Amino acid sequence: MKRIAWLLAILFSLVPAPAIAGEAQPNEDPQVEARMKALTEQLRCLVCQNETLADSRADLAEDLRREIRKEIKAGKTDPEIIAFLTQRYGDFILYNPPVKRTTYLLWFGPFVILLGGIVLLYRYLGRRKKLIQEKPLTVGERKQAEDLLRSQV
Amino acid sequence: MNRFLLIPLALFIALVVFLFIGLQRDPHEVPSPLINRPAPACQLPQLQEQTKTFTAQEMRGKVWLLNVWATWCVACRDEHPMLIEYAKSGAVPIYGLNYKDDRAAALQLLKEEGNPYVLNAFDADGRVAIDYGVYGAPESYLIDRNGIIRFKKIGPITPEVWEGEILPLARRLNQ
Repeated sequence: MKRIAWLLAILFSLVPAPAIAGEAQPNEDPQVEARMKALTEQLRCLVCQNETLADSRADLAEDLRREIRKEIKAGKTDPEIIAFLTQRYGDFILYNPPVKRTTYLLWFGPFVILLGGIVLLYRYLGRRKKLIQEKPLTVGERKQAEDLLRSQV
Repeated sequence: MNRFLLIPLALFIALVVFLFIGLQRDPHEVPSPLINRPAPACQLPQLQEQTKTFTAQEMRGKVWLLNVWATWCVACRDEHPMLIEYAKSGAVPIYGLNYKDDRAAALQLLKEEGNPYVLNAFDADGRVAIDYGVYGAPESYLIDRNGIIRFKKIGPITPEVWEGEILPLARRLNQ
């Protein structure tokens, strides 16, 4: 009897739990939220600069998410919302740096250096190859080689 | 000696130069795209006289400093006594943007620790601050007579910044 009482007590204490889960916002349009998620995952939180706007719990992130939600509901397109943010915070708010004249070095630099390195390596090896003079084996040396190979079998 | 042995040395020296310059900068600082652009429109109730509004527009014709601050911001409290000194000099009028703060607490702080501001605008939800690209108080903007932002300081205004950058610029703008 006591065990049943305990079981019922535990069961009843679990029931109201979902009703008080505080984080979920009341009835947000799932389409708006989906767009929000897609957008904010491309954006950086400026306070915790390693986190996306989607993940960050910072006050500023909450404020910016609220603003973005407003803009989405007002019917703004994604590029318009991104422009809204970069006008105020600059390109740093984007996780992927845009490909502009000032970031060409960032985007293409490594490939250019890699290419340059390959070219240099190619020329260096070519030069080394010329230094190697291959002398054909003498008869005695050939016999020695064959004996060694046969003895290893 | 083979000339190619100088290449690693040259690369190393180049690396040292880049590190020397780069490591002195603050990686957390986000440069503002609003420099040399018009200050965003701002129409807010004042902190002290709630029925009055403050608009950035009314500041045309003056060179002024907008300081974004809050009582919950520790660095702002550090900056506060310095702001009082700068305000005493009278070189640049300082206007405050009270950012997402509690009105009573803000008024209390100004009463207890002195008031360097000509007046304060009260930005309850931080919306105007977002327009100004604020991401961490304290932040200060030097705005010229035509309402163009000429300088932004992120973090407390140290005496070096005040005397080295803000005062000379303000003097130039006032000519």
